[in-house]
Amino acid sequence: MTASNAAESIVQGTDEKNPAGTESGGSQYLTFVLSGETYGVDILRVQEIKGWTPVTRIPNTPDYMQGVLNLRGTIVPIVDMRMRFNLERIEYTPITVIIVLSIKSESGDRVIGLVVDSVSDVINVESENIKPTPDFGDGLNTEFINGLATGGERMVMLLDVDKLLSVDEIQVLSDASEETEQNADKPDD
Amino acid sequence: MSIDVSQFLETFYEESFEGLDTMESELLGLDVGAADSETINTIFRAAHSIKGGSGTFGLNAVADYTHLMETLLDEMRDGRRQVTEEAVNILLSSVDVLREMLTALRANSELEVDRISEAQQQLEALLGTAGADSAAEVESGQNNKDSAERGWRISFKPHLRLFKTGNDPARIFRELQALGDLTVQMDASDLPEYSYLDPEESYLQWELELKGDIKREALDDVFAWVEDDCVINITPLEPEESEQGSAEEADKTEVAAVAVKTVERRVGERRQENRRKGDRRGSANNESTSIRVGINKVDAVINLVGELVITQSMLSTLGKDFNMKKINKLLEGLDQLELNTRELQEQVMRMRMMPISFAFQRFPRLVHDLSQKMGKKIELKMSGEQTELDKTVIEKIGDPLVHLVRNSLDHGIESPQQRKEAGKPETGILSLHAYHQGGNIVIEVADDGAGLNAEKILAKAIQQGIVQEDVQLEEEQIYELIMLPGFSTAEKVSDVSGRGVGMDVVVRNIQSLGGSLEVTSEAGKGSKFIIRLPLTLAILDGQTVAVGDEDYIVPLISIIESIQVTGDMFHTVAGKGETFRLRDEHLPIIRLHEIFGGNPNTTELTEGLLVVVEGEGRKVGLFVDDLKGQQQVVIKSLEANYKKVDGISGATILGDGSVALILDIPGLIRLSNQHATDDKFKKIA
Repeated sequence: MTASNAAESIVQGTDEKNPAGTESGGSQYLTFVLSGETYGVDILRVQEIKGWTPVTRIPNTPDYMQGVLNLRGTIVPIVDMRMRFNLERIEYTPITVIIVLSIKSESGDRVIGLVVDSVSDVINVESENIKPTPDFGDGLNTEFINGLATGGERMVMLLDVDKLLSVDEIQVLSDASEETEQNADKPDD
Repeated sequence: MSIDVSQFLETFYEESFEGLDTMESELLGLDVGAADSETINTIFRAAHSIKGGSGTFGLNAVADYTHLMETLLDEMRDGRRQVTEEAVNILLSSVDVLREMLTALRANSELEVDRISEAQQQLEALLGTAGADSAAEVESGQNNKDSAERGWRISFKPHLRLFKTGNDPARIFRELQALGDLTVQMDASDLPEYSYLDPEESYLQWELELKGDIKREALDDVFAWVEDDCVINITPLEPEESEQGSAEEADKTEVAAVAVKTVERRVGERRQENRRKGDRRGSANNESTSIRVGINKVDAVINLVGELVITQSMLSTLGKDFNMKKINKLLEGLDQLELNTRELQEQVMRMRMMPISFAFQRFPRLVHDLSQKMGKKIELKMSGEQTELDKTVIEKIGDPLVHLVRNSLDHGIESPQQRKEAGKPETGILSLHAYHQGGNIVIEVADDGAGLNAEKILAKAIQQGIVQEDVQLEEEQIYELIMLPGFSTAEKVSDVSGRGVGMDVVVRNIQSLGGSLEVTSEAGKGSKFIIRLPLTLAILDGQTVAVGDEDYIVPLISIIESIQVTGDMFHTVAGKGETFRLRDEHLPIIRLHEIFGGNPNTTELTEGLLVVVEGEGRKVGLFVDDLKGQQQVVIKSLEANYKKVDGISGATILGDGSVALILDIPGLIRLSNQHATDDKFKKIA
């Protein structure tokens, strides 16, 4: 209980327009900015926020996969969110940050880093304020957006972080499993 | 009593499998006819702990089965039964059945009820034919023992340690009382004088008479917990008029009582029980995730950590009040720190090491079974079983080794008659030998059989179109042919080997462990397969190569040499890309920057370096800008947080904290072939 109380005080500080909203059990989101748009990720998934440091490129991977980083001995893949959303690419600056998230996948928990323009604040969103993502047709992939949250004057796109790595790569993964099957033939002679 | 025993279940399974391995190896070492009682004792103890453990965890099918084995072994131990070939074989197959049962229970899958009850009947039949004077008597004894109408006489003599196991005779008596009319007679004759009395030990024994129509199983349930901590004898109460007359018979039954105790439970009932257990189906696949480490290894690590702490405190004291005069002391301290760290790393790696005997221990049985089946006489010699290898390597090297041993048994060693004709002793020798060499572990599988027939292999290879007829091959190159997919020279396909699927898989498995396989052979004298494996999978010796501003690590084991080419050494083969001449070979060139992208400092072959690497038997020249240092690198998985990347086997962290990728040479060669094909398609399009 003390933890949620502490969290409430943060929310009240940042979202004073709706202090009562914290009572009704909404979720908290860390928001960040990408080319003027605001996105949110579930704060419980955020491990840490760190400044941009050079990464090691992994060959033959999609453009948005910037490379891997050594995070205290763990190799962490870094995804550039601008490129992931096909936004214009900008130079990394001192305020460019990496949000380190833990995501769930079929093969267990994973850690990935997202490169974003800057981190803004923590907001509290009540579930009734989350609206479904409108369908933009084929041209726009909205699969990893959970919904739109409207609070006051701004609109926040809530990301489904678990899908960030998986969408687009289903094909790649099924190729890999075929290969495993081929390798599975044991010496039975 | 609220301890959750399930947390120990995994340990129980591990210990049981170890116990089974012990039983198996000891059984194989048992001399039929003149058995060493210490050997039997070892087997008995292993069976006993499996029984005890399975009872505790409620795995009754296992407990019952082990009990039968134990009974048989007990008779052997006491000299009441001869150790016969038949008995040993039945015990060996019982070990197999137990192993299957435990594996099935561990994976929560279905037990093979039929097989178990068949094996159980075999055991029971063997037990029934000896021990008691005649099987018929045991049978008749059984019938009235299942439920004696009048009641039971129980003599109960607990061991001294009974109380320490948390059992209380009074509780047992209360439970018995609930079953029927109980008369208790205490015998306190063993009670020592007061001054010698240890209040924590039980000196008393009891004679109990329980009257009423009570099932024998009900009694067994009551005594289930103290079974191992007491001498207990349960006989049915005879009708009073015949009591004296049947005293003699009662004696007999008493002898058989222990032996028959479990036999008497009806098989059908047990089947049901097993079926019930089998219903707990599930597909949880439990691979061994824990490791047993010797206390000495842990102590060594603790010692080193102690030293590390001392060095650290020395350095921090130095740092608080540092001036340039103390620079020498600082350097000294840093040296010490480096030493400590390296030693600690070595010791921690050793924790993952297990003696290779874990992989070898299955072979006595395999050789025993196969040589009987094939009618060959074979002696297995093993050495270097204490050579330590990484746990993962041990688990993965098992299958390839089995394959090589089977091959040697089937194709290598001749039949006794053939051997006699060739002037060799009838008994063939198969040897498994493990040792350290450099940074590698070498495992040799050698036989003194006929050796590989180079002519036959070559003829077969030509027939199968693997080799052109006019090619001249060295003997070694011919032997390497047997490692190609689909190659077999065996005239007849047996169920042991000969289908030609195999050697290539063996080679692939060994290579996936970062190792290599070599064959030597001498006609008429035998052949030898030499497996070389890296000490551990977690660390490898790497050569850092540079392409532009990117660094990659090439495993040192796959590097043959590095050369600087001159203009006349390389050629372009139309449509097939670039090759270069290395002495009398033409090898393809893979430009790393073409496969992996990046901005190389040079694309001129003469300005960079060619690293000649070998993967899956193919040599290629890898074109890079430059070579950097060699170092040991700790392999980190890319898959843990991302996915498998073609041509990359993992990543590592360099001294400056940055990440470098480790090349997977076989994968890289495949990738390059793919690349070339894609290019061709692009050109056609």
